[in-house]
Amino acid sequence: MGITNIWVFGQIANGAPTSGTLELVTKARSLGGTVSVWTGADGGAAAATLGEFGASKVCAVDYGSNLAGVAVASAMKAAIDAGDVPDLVMFPQTYEGRDVMARLSVKIDRTVLTNNIDIAASGDSVSVTTPIFGGNTLVTTSFTGSAPYLAAFRPKSFAPEAAGGAAAAVQSVSTPELGAIGGAKVVATHVEETSGPKLDEADIVVSGGRGLGESGKYEMVETLAKILKGAPGASRAIVDAGWVPYSYQVGQTGKVVKPSVYIAAGISGATQHMVGMKGSKNIIAINKDKEAPIFGVADLGIVGDVHKVLPKLIEALQAR
Amino acid sequence: MRPMKVIVCVKQIPDPATPGALGADNTLKRDGKLILDESDSYGVEMALQLVDAAGGGEVSLVSMAPNSETSGLRTALAMGAAKGVLVSDPALQGSDALTTAKILAAAVNRLGGADLVIAATESSDGYTGTVPEQMAEVLGLPSVTFAKKISIDGGTLKADRQTEAGYDEVTCSLPALVSVTAGVVEPRYPSFKGIMAAKSKPVEEVTAADLGVTPVGWAGAGQTISGVAQAEARAAGEIIEDDGEAFGKIVAFLEGLKVI
Repeated sequence: MGITNIWVFGQIANGAPTSGTLELVTKARSLGGTVSVWTGADGGAAAATLGEFGASKVCAVDYGSNLAGVAVASAMKAAIDAGDVPDLVMFPQTYEGRDVMARLSVKIDRTVLTNNIDIAASGDSVSVTTPIFGGNTLVTTSFTGSAPYLAAFRPKSFAPEAAGGAAAAVQSVSTPELGAIGGAKVVATHVEETSGPKLDEADIVVSGGRGLGESGKYEMVETLAKILKGAPGASRAIVDAGWVPYSYQVGQTGKVVKPSVYIAAGISGATQHMVGMKGSKNIIAINKDKEAPIFGVADLGIVGDVHKVLPKLIEALQAR
Repeated sequence: MRPMKVIVCVKQIPDPATPGALGADNTLKRDGKLILDESDSYGVEMALQLVDAAGGGEVSLVSMAPNSETSGLRTALAMGAAKGVLVSDPALQGSDALTTAKILAAAVNRLGGADLVIAATESSDGYTGTVPEQMAEVLGLPSVTFAKKISIDGGTLKADRQTEAGYDEVTCSLPALVSVTAGVVEPRYPSFKGIMAAKSKPVEEVTAADLGVTPVGWAGAGQTISGVAQAEARAAGEIIEDDGEAFGKIVAFLEGLKVI
């Protein structure tokens, strides 16, 4: 017994596996057994890379204009019914990942454990670790009952490492008849263009929050990010207020970032935000309220007005 | 136009402004006053606007909470929802997301179903983030999760769905379930008249057994908590008051890291 058959729900962007996918494949490989990656129809093109990181098989589900959630979960269920029963299915904590795992959990009547940062397997037992209360407390949860066990992981929980494996075998999988649940169709896809490095890959991130006072002041955050060749980010408060798009959000519901330097300007440090940036190597915080929780994680904290500190900082950096 | 029935899932949670704590069984303490999860106020507002746009219909609520709690439900009723079903049952303590989805789906069926079921993308306290999509599967409905814009046109739902790279335009047949992101609409504040009216709006309280869902609570959860530990704290940093020259400290710090 033990964990011998592991499935990973993988995502492909521009023909290559996402870093979150490679993180999970790397971890799955370390748990032992065979690793199969379930993706969309574009998974075939990524078979070489996925193999290099430890996958032996790619199940490429052609789901056309269906949403990934219903389609991939239905295809997984069909495979399970046909006798290929995984011990563990790992998902990235992404929009598609959450949909697939939620649909699959009902189809096979198994619990899902989400927002994890680690996993351990010992014999038949599998446990996962989840940070709660803004990451101050770590909870370890073990699956009970029989496999398959379903678990989702936050981005950047594991370091992706190639192992030099051969290209994964590609199996094309068609979408089973979906019936009523297949009523949703994608009719157009929009990519929001951003200049500069991507928020979750940037080495320097400058984020703004409610302390900026008004939406026009966010420009200071963008300017500072540009000077430092970093990416601008935001707290949930100003995303909800409509100052910047959702894609800028750092936190529990947004992106998880782990840059070398994170600058938080006018952000108090709500749990929701801290979960997304606590793993940064160096944190600089500027906030008026010296009791703000953000100072609890800051390597350099400036108790002051962002409207005074940021312009001077920008000027000093521009003068260099 | 046909009147539209919308059911909104609302969660009543401990005030996020107060620090959370775990009880003896390692579940989140929910014994104090509970409030409407702010994330759900967007769904309530969206539902009210869609019913308005349809020219008639009704917004109902489903909620699962301990101790017959209705304060959060009353807030949503004050905004304009007509009625609700509250599932409150000590047996539900320790329920996992899957059981929660089965319970809420059964509560939706108790209300006779709907043209549209709306939920937030995730709650602000447990944030498992799977319950809406699990409910859709239990109910046999199509779904659009992470919708940031919704309209209904000739019996078809149109939504902009958040993606990693931007957004997708999605169409969906009704009945359906959607989960909406915060900011999809601007939630109204309950009026005084609304608050007074909410006090007499009907909320039916039921148990898991009434809904025919078993097993529930820890017995139905496919998980057990095996450990709780404190995360390693970050070393305390240098905190200084800005005297007008603090920007220099930041420059020096960045220089020290060789990033400028």
